[in-house]
Amino acid sequence: MTIDFIISAIVTVVGISTPILLAATGELVVEKSGVLNLGVEGMMLVGAITGFAVTFMTYNPWLGVIAAGAAGAAVSMVFGVLVLSLGSNQVATGLALAILGIGLSTLLGTSFTGMIVPQFSSIFPSVLSQDPFWRVIFGYSPMVYIALLIVFAVGWFLNRTRAGLVLRAVGENDQSAHSIGYSVIGIRYIAIAFGGAMAGIAGSYFSMVITPMWAERMTAGRGWIALALVVFAGWKAGRLVVGAYLFGCLMTLELYAKASGFQFLPSQFWASMPYIMAIVVLAVISFRDRAGSEAPACLGKPFLPNS
Amino acid sequence: MTNMNRRNFIKTVSATIALPAFAAKSFGADTLKIGFAYLGPVGDFGWTWAHDKGRKFMVEQLGGKVVGDYVENVAEDASAVPVIKDLAQAGHNLIFTTSFGYMDQTLQVAKDFPKVAFEHCTGFKRADNVATYNSRFHEGRAVLGTIAAMMSKTGTIGYLGSFKVPEVVMGVNSFALSAQAVNPKIKVKLVMIDSWFDPAKEAAATETLANLGCDVITAHTDSPATLQVCEQKKIYGFGQGADMSKFAPTAHLTAIEDIWGPYYLSRAKAVLDGSWKSTDTWWGFKEGTVVISPYNKSMPADVAAAADKIQAGWKDGSYNVFTGPIADQSGAEKVAKGVVMKDEELAGLDWFVKGVEGA
Amino acid sequence: MRIKFEKRAQPSRFMLFATPVAAVILTILIGAVLFEILGYDGLGTVKEIFFTPILASYKWQDVMTKAAPLIIIALGLSLGNQAKVWNIGAEGQYIAGALAGALIAYLTPGVTSHWIIVPMIIAGILGGAAWATIPAFLKTKLNVNEVLTTLMLVYVAFQLLGYLVTGPWKDPNGHNFPQTAPFTDAQLLPHSILGTAIPPGLVIAFILMLGFWLLVSRSVFGFEVRVVGAAPSAARYAGFNASRTIWSTLLISGGMAGLAGILEATSQLGQLNLGFPSNYGFTAIIVSFLGRLHPVGVFIAGIVLAITYVGGQVAQTTVHVPSASGGIFQALMLFLILAGDVLVRYRLRLVGAKS
Repeated sequence: MTIDFIISAIVTVVGISTPILLAATGELVVEKSGVLNLGVEGMMLVGAITGFAVTFMTYNPWLGVIAAGAAGAAVSMVFGVLVLSLGSNQVATGLALAILGIGLSTLLGTSFTGMIVPQFSSIFPSVLSQDPFWRVIFGYSPMVYIALLIVFAVGWFLNRTRAGLVLRAVGENDQSAHSIGYSVIGIRYIAIAFGGAMAGIAGSYFSMVITPMWAERMTAGRGWIALALVVFAGWKAGRLVVGAYLFGCLMTLELYAKASGFQFLPSQFWASMPYIMAIVVLAVISFRDRAGSEAPACLGKPFLPNS
Repeated sequence: MTNMNRRNFIKTVSATIALPAFAAKSFGADTLKIGFAYLGPVGDFGWTWAHDKGRKFMVEQLGGKVVGDYVENVAEDASAVPVIKDLAQAGHNLIFTTSFGYMDQTLQVAKDFPKVAFEHCTGFKRADNVATYNSRFHEGRAVLGTIAAMMSKTGTIGYLGSFKVPEVVMGVNSFALSAQAVNPKIKVKLVMIDSWFDPAKEAAATETLANLGCDVITAHTDSPATLQVCEQKKIYGFGQGADMSKFAPTAHLTAIEDIWGPYYLSRAKAVLDGSWKSTDTWWGFKEGTVVISPYNKSMPADVAAAADKIQAGWKDGSYNVFTGPIADQSGAEKVAKGVVMKDEELAGLDWFVKGVEGA
Repeated sequence: MRIKFEKRAQPSRFMLFATPVAAVILTILIGAVLFEILGYDGLGTVKEIFFTPILASYKWQDVMTKAAPLIIIALGLSLGNQAKVWNIGAEGQYIAGALAGALIAYLTPGVTSHWIIVPMIIAGILGGAAWATIPAFLKTKLNVNEVLTTLMLVYVAFQLLGYLVTGPWKDPNGHNFPQTAPFTDAQLLPHSILGTAIPPGLVIAFILMLGFWLLVSRSVFGFEVRVVGAAPSAARYAGFNASRTIWSTLLISGGMAGLAGILEATSQLGQLNLGFPSNYGFTAIIVSFLGRLHPVGVFIAGIVLAITYVGGQVAQTTVHVPSASGGIFQALMLFLILAGDVLVRYRLRLVGAKS
């Protein structure tokens, strides 16, 4: 097994993990604020078609990504208004958002099928990005680095900044955060919009980076894996990166095993691993520290001020 | 294309949607209404897209004599029954159900509508008013296998499959056997992704095959993802179902195009002139349902000539890739020397030929 | 001027009934405008989706067939939702139920007595309930969020189905396609009850509706479920066991989903394949909310949702809208019903800028 072989495999893992990581980072912030938005798949698809359409019209993938983020944030606001301002059930509203996003993206995308768009060019000189060895670090789409930057920024924000502390406090105990004088609703709106933007950008990674094209439901259920990833990571930003790459590794390893002709367990077993691992992790963290768990205590519960 | 703004976009959509609806009203009662049940969206740029192209071709060719309606995203479960029944109820006298998973549902509905002609794609159960049809995609795979073996420098070529269904198994075997005819030592690596459509997984699987040494890869899934990865990796690939050269101008050597138009046209004509009968049709190169796209300009002349020869052989019947001796993966002889596999054997094929690695 | 929400002392009974009706009407209006803007025939779309299935008698059977699993699943979910136990994994329990029932069929291919359908259905109920024991156990023992576990298990169930129909249970005569052997005649329920167009599932759904109605309104258990949901601390005070409520509501909703799964498999599809999961488990969540968690409401809501499914298919051939349209109408309806909830609990009042 040569070093070149390993590097190529790593490149595959990073490529397939990045959109899950992006979407999960957004959802982490949303859940940390105490809101559960199950509509990730729908927001991703809206982002995917918007990113593609805007790139198609402007020939500028950067504008496409920005538009994808904006579109994701916009549809997330439908969810935001309902659960925050009208106090509706988060689970049902999130599912409705997923259904809406799938339908809406299909409707918007009908005339973009079979079109092509320009791709991102590497931000590093080709000496580095094309080098057989250094491409393991420099050879990715700019979106890969942006995703990593965002995860670390989110980790730093949540754990090291005052604003992050407030956000966590809102998710941990909304009533007391409210009584101290923080706007629980306002903070949650921002968190939901951020989650929507991240999901939108994650979606555009499918239609602009992995396969620059539009096809209905092209995210093929990755939004649900992103939800599993947040749980698997135990609501910790650092573990999101590890988890995303681990999920990517699982899938890539399975492909290698198949192509090499040894397959010791059915492929469906591997495909269900992210979900099984998420459940196991959830059980373990609940068992280990019931009090100090990273799971936000107010997750999924509507906020109704007592005042 | 750049000036496609929102208004144009809406106009285009409404034009394409409004036209058939408007046209439908202006036809007389003697117009033949033809219905289609599609598995995917018409925008999948794969299987369903190709069927829809066939539908459009048929409508165009027959001018005002027929109307072609469709229902897309029809699930392969019990809910296909009301969809097919609906088409029959609404006066469609010829109905095409275009996925294997509608087999029993089509038969079930057909029982209640003995006057309506049904056509089920890729199935094997027929009735007096239910015909079946399929296309010999594996004939095209033999052209691709020949090209792949000649273009490969590493001696390893790849096949990205969906499920181990006969159509895919036939494709893999045809690809491998035709490649071995060029280069007996060639290796064929196979990966099944357990899905017909998952661009991200298709891309990862293509990268995997490339990393395992494949420098020409063919895909049996519905998106251009494989080709796009081939383009990035500077290796070769083929279009699936349609000419996909615009997705990968350098990597795209050629494509197998699914052309359903001629079949749909002939069946519509048969209903119009009253000669329709339940048949089992399996067309290929000769009848024009399998077509090879124009070769990439960079493809050497000798490769093009060899590919042409295979095509010509299929057309005049002098070539059949499934001619013995053929051994399976374990090396056991499955088809004796000089024997040509029968259609019934092919339709239930569930083993891979020698030289195919992976599953 | 701004709008002020004033909490009602008692939830408004009028709004409780009026808002679902208003949600459906508003969905029709907004949908018509939306599709007109998108360049389709808005009024035609709405007519086909909402009214054709009601007006054309030959579509009634399709509506009833679609409605049956939705109602059966939603009845179970509503019970849990009243106790604020959120089972969103009914889709997984639906698959698990069908698999358990199919296991009986797989083991008894030679049995020609029609009574074999009884153990199959019982296995279906138990299979669905068994799939729900995992979240119930984790919730009661470790306080693990059931929303997440039930959802994750949907995808595990889907993979399990994929494994069985491509592996051990693959039909040996099925040309290698991913599907089980067709159920034998003995293992099948009729498509419809003798002589009528009514599918057996709908009859069962109707009987269950009456049963759940009695259970919720007349039994101690029903009272307990409502108290645990509405006032957990009061429930503890009254000596109600929250753990017991979680177990029973999850097992009942899982069992109902499993029942819907095996009924669908034996009365409609006649085998299992990769296309078997049809999102009934997720759509039933909409039905549950649209029906205001009340058995009768759920029955009506199931029919309304079924109408949008059937109508969505009709609209594709008649007014040429994409199949995604049905989903958009469903999402819209759920959004509006959820938004309408606020009117049940609050009174809207216009307040002057300075009063």
